[in-house]
Amino acid sequence: MRRKVLLEHINVPDINKFDVYRSKGGYAAVEKALKTLTPEEIVEEVKKSGLRGRGGAGFPTGMKWSFLAKPEGVPRYLVCNADESEPGTFKDRFLMTKLPHLLIEGMIIGSFALGAKVSYIYVRGEMMPQIRILEKAIAEAKNAGFLGKNILGTGYDLELYVQPGGGAYICGEETALIESLEGKRGNPRIKPPFPAIAGLWGCPTVVNNVESIAAVVPIIRDGGEEYAKIGIGRSTGTKLISASGNLVKPGIYEIELGVPVEEFIYSDEYCGGIANGKRLKAVVAGGSSVPILPANLITKTINQEARLMSYESLSDGGFATGSMMGSGGFIAFDEDQCIVRNTWNFSRFYHHESCGQCSPCREGTGWMEKVLHRLEYGHGKLSDIDLLVDVSKKIEGNTICPLGDAAAWPVASAIRHFRDEFEWHVKEPRTCLERNYGLAHYADPLPKPEPALVG
Amino acid sequence: MLKIEETVVVHQFKPELYQQFIDIVSRYPAEQPKGALLPILHVVQAEFGWLSVDAMDKVAEYLNIQPIEVYEVASFYTMYFLRPQGKYMLEVCRTGPCCLVGAEKIMKYIEQKLGVKEGDVTPDGLFSWRGVECLAACGFAPVLQIGPEYTFYENLTPESVDQLISDLTVKVNN
Repeated sequence: MRRKVLLEHINVPDINKFDVYRSKGGYAAVEKALKTLTPEEIVEEVKKSGLRGRGGAGFPTGMKWSFLAKPEGVPRYLVCNADESEPGTFKDRFLMTKLPHLLIEGMIIGSFALGAKVSYIYVRGEMMPQIRILEKAIAEAKNAGFLGKNILGTGYDLELYVQPGGGAYICGEETALIESLEGKRGNPRIKPPFPAIAGLWGCPTVVNNVESIAAVVPIIRDGGEEYAKIGIGRSTGTKLISASGNLVKPGIYEIELGVPVEEFIYSDEYCGGIANGKRLKAVVAGGSSVPILPANLITKTINQEARLMSYESLSDGGFATGSMMGSGGFIAFDEDQCIVRNTWNFSRFYHHESCGQCSPCREGTGWMEKVLHRLEYGHGKLSDIDLLVDVSKKIEGNTICPLGDAAAWPVASAIRHFRDEFEWHVKEPRTCLERNYGLAHYADPLPKPEPALVG
Repeated sequence: MLKIEETVVVHQFKPELYQQFIDIVSRYPAEQPKGALLPILHVVQAEFGWLSVDAMDKVAEYLNIQPIEVYEVASFYTMYFLRPQGKYMLEVCRTGPCCLVGAEKIMKYIEQKLGVKEGDVTPDGLFSWRGVECLAACGFAPVLQIGPEYTFYENLTPESVDQLISDLTVKVNN
């Protein structure tokens, strides 16, 4: 069994209650932070830990904190991004349900480090049960003197509120989230200025994912250097992986970064292999936006090395033969799944969720959905495949926020790795309605890499 | 399909509802009450089942903003209903990971079982259903949720859907 730092006490009964959480060493990190550390020292510990944003972008959290502007007399805000909506990702819902106090503890430490007197947890509106759980936990923490005025007699005041969203994937983008928190449509803002300079109500703001904020607790409790010992290379610490799709044991797993992908899929400690004795066809490793990889490229890199669950290893090979860690939404496809159908499904999702501000995304996502629909239902042309690649290239990089890229990558990568399955849909328009393409060659051993040229 | 006249109704706000508004508005800086808009729309919808133009106008008046500022928000976010729904709105996740384990079959089954198309209301006014995008419960797929509490039903099968619908019908009739 490997180390768990977030889910260490997950099986303790009633760990969602303050007294039980406290008896297991909870809120000790808040005591340490507020009584013995300065805000600058806390930021320094988070920097030392090497913690990278767990929401998807992977930007170093300590660095993000150090960018916060601190003009005199202007309030600063810490906002927790709990708008978890990336298909394949469900770790934050789990964390808030089971360990609400871990998140609250992290919010207190983070708010103190950033000098925020009011902080918000923006939870996606559909998670009403989690909103109730958090509100109850906040009341308990306040009752025990960990929130409100003069926390632990240190003179530090903090109010923490839970804000429900309204059902919009785009609000996971930090500036759209800020707009939504201000009571507006979730339209992302043009950057710069970044939220660290002008965020919520024009004030300096840091937006962090639930898991990033929760990870601050063990970092402060044990020290940043101790946290950095877990993991591999620049992928320090542990990561919550949401495993879904055709697996024997889908669910949430806390892994030490660096576990081999093959072990994660097949070992009994994790997913236990592919369900119903089927074979693995493909994996989307980090939530629906990241490139899909065929079975042979997810377990091994193009250089025949074992691929690991780490930021670097998952992106090894770039987009040509690699993918990304993203939010850790690990979706496994068995041999009976149709890649064209799944790509169409994801495209419909992005079309539905595009906020409509930028033409390439608003129009392009709709075109991709339509073209993929006709390919899936046997009305496509061979030229449609290149048309999709063309449209995806025209969206990528041409929008205010990364939703455009997130919509383009799944389509481009599916065609890159599964082009013959797309072509089969055109050449066999009737057969493709009756059965799927199957595993084909997608799990075949990779060819030996060409020897490197010398000189 | 509803005619537009049928959505023109008057919704009276009780004092208890305004009491909730006061609590919500207290979470924001005094000069930024508009932050309260999304949470207020949720409590109004929980009260009436949907957001009428009249209700949205009252919210605008309360927050001292223009009605269009409320309409544009209510129409942007998918959780707000701009016309009446069944008492129980079954929202089934229809995104990738759920479809890998049979969400499409569950939606077809619900359509047959209730005998109404997506978005329509059963003649007794009890049920409506629709497909929604990822509900962040992919490991327990297929899933559906029912507002206003947004209770979750996971690992759906035709049998569990039967059970759910009959439980809800019994609940209403008692």
